[in-house]
Amino acid sequence: MAEILVLAKHTVDISAVKIDAETNEPILKGVPTKMSDFDRNAMEEALKIKAKLGGKVKLLTVGAPEAKDQMRSLIAMGADETYLVTDPGYAQMDYFAISKLLGAAITKLGKVDIILAGEASIDLYSGQMGPRVAGVLGIPSVSYVRKITPDKDKLIVEREMGDIIEEYIVPMPALITVTKEINEPRLPNMMQILGAAKKPITEWKLDALGLAAADIAPKTKVLKMKGLTMKRKNVIYADEPPQAALKLVEALRNEGVLGGGAK
Amino acid sequence: MTVLVFAELDSTAGELIAKAQEIAKGLGTDVTALAGPTNSGEKLAKLGADKIVNLQTAATFAITESYADAISEACSELKPQVVLIGSTRWGKEVAARAAGKLGWGCAVDCSSVSLDASKALVVERLVLGGNAVAMEQFTSLPAIVAIPPKTIPCNAEDPTRKPQVGDKTFSLPEPKLKLSKTSKREVAGVKLDAAQVVVSCGRGLKNKDDVKLVLELAKTLSGELGCSRPIAADLKWLPKEHWVGLSGIKVKPRLYVAVGISGQIQHLAGMRDSSIIVAINKDKDAPIFKAADYGIIGDLYKVLPELMAQLKSCSK
Repeated sequence: MAEILVLAKHTVDISAVKIDAETNEPILKGVPTKMSDFDRNAMEEALKIKAKLGGKVKLLTVGAPEAKDQMRSLIAMGADETYLVTDPGYAQMDYFAISKLLGAAITKLGKVDIILAGEASIDLYSGQMGPRVAGVLGIPSVSYVRKITPDKDKLIVEREMGDIIEEYIVPMPALITVTKEINEPRLPNMMQILGAAKKPITEWKLDALGLAAADIAPKTKVLKMKGLTMKRKNVIYADEPPQAALKLVEALRNEGVLGGGAK
Repeated sequence: MTVLVFAELDSTAGELIAKAQEIAKGLGTDVTALAGPTNSGEKLAKLGADKIVNLQTAATFAITESYADAISEACSELKPQVVLIGSTRWGKEVAARAAGKLGWGCAVDCSSVSLDASKALVVERLVLGGNAVAMEQFTSLPAIVAIPPKTIPCNAEDPTRKPQVGDKTFSLPEPKLKLSKTSKREVAGVKLDAAQVVVSCGRGLKNKDDVKLVLELAKTLSGELGCSRPIAADLKWLPKEHWVGLSGIKVKPRLYVAVGISGQIQHLAGMRDSSIIVAINKDKDAPIFKAADYGIIGDLYKVLPELMAQLKSCSK
């Protein structure tokens, strides 16, 4: 029997983010949100391990209260229990604050054997949170894992580091972050989606974790974000294929890029 | 009080030392380099470190946990204001774990690191799928910052500098996990990141066999074959070495041709530095056209043969 915990992040859907033409800043207000992509891989892997070892799968997020709606997508996959740590100051929280909250929440949850998370979140893509939480808890961790073979009291995990494939034997408890390649996340059926809407989500505020706002005062703050727009020529041909191909080849020849591999 | 530097490779450490000198000057302190089993303390001194502190290990392979724990111990003792670490896959893991242990602020993948007028540390990094740069300020020090290799010009070696070795040595603790096996990954011999021409295919292709059509165009242009995420990660029609994008390989050829690729921002993040970008797509509203210098709106199955014919006739 294994106590398995999945850490997930509620984030903006980055494919829906537009850059404001006037301020050159990304527009984040009103953008659709979702649970970060790789979190589904973490949940899938948790369910697979549960099928093999038995036990329970818990889901934990630190986020705004609105995160609950999107967390249902992961609950529908098969989470047994769900926890959301929420605070009005969420938008200002940095990696330090969130890792401390996650650490406190994990301690409050009691016995845990395997903690799974995505290798990074789609919005900030730093990959910090997994190893950072492992540092807070003082447990072993392996990031970027693409294969997990669970055993009674240990995990055999495989990851890719450049040209080298590494295999580790990891004692429990441990924290593992997974890549997209590790599995194909299941798609919940209608029954599971409807069922997930009724499942309880336990909400914890800071005081439930024995913390005050001062304990998680952020160490970093975002001063501003600058959009990177691509300045391109945007010459688009809509002619019939033979004419369009002719025009394109001529344009590329004039650009001097048809020399192939030559410099 | 010092600026502490650590990277597995001396060449990366040399780059970090150059940045550390700049920060140390602003803060009125010096630069200390941690010399692990893969470093030469002598070389780090010649590259500009004022002091060398040794990290000792009996282990033969770099296990993140041991390094992170040893570096946190060194940080508790040496009390640096800023720690610079090489932002490789490995270095990011070390930086984040050490930051968690120490309860310090940390930023990884930083393309720019500097002190502002009030001597606060400010970093920049790509966010939102490579669509934006975030400027972040550390509200207090100490701070851990990871900088990717080749971001900062390396100092020239000064042969007259002698290492001043600290009297303390930190040992890498025995990790709880064991590295049981390593093997060399089979690489398909594709070197996309260095290619001058890259022709990539996306889910506009109907069948796996049709990859050949795009490969033929790549060959005609003396280029390499790339692809978008669905082709490598979901359909697995091509190995990962061909995957261009945020989670794949970042390319900057003179000519990038996107065939049947819609242009999700994660893909654009992998090819935005190309000199000339060409898109072929049947959907006139595909975002790839906004990112392209030249484009053809049309069915790739009709456009590619015409393009091949034109290219072959002009190379005669």
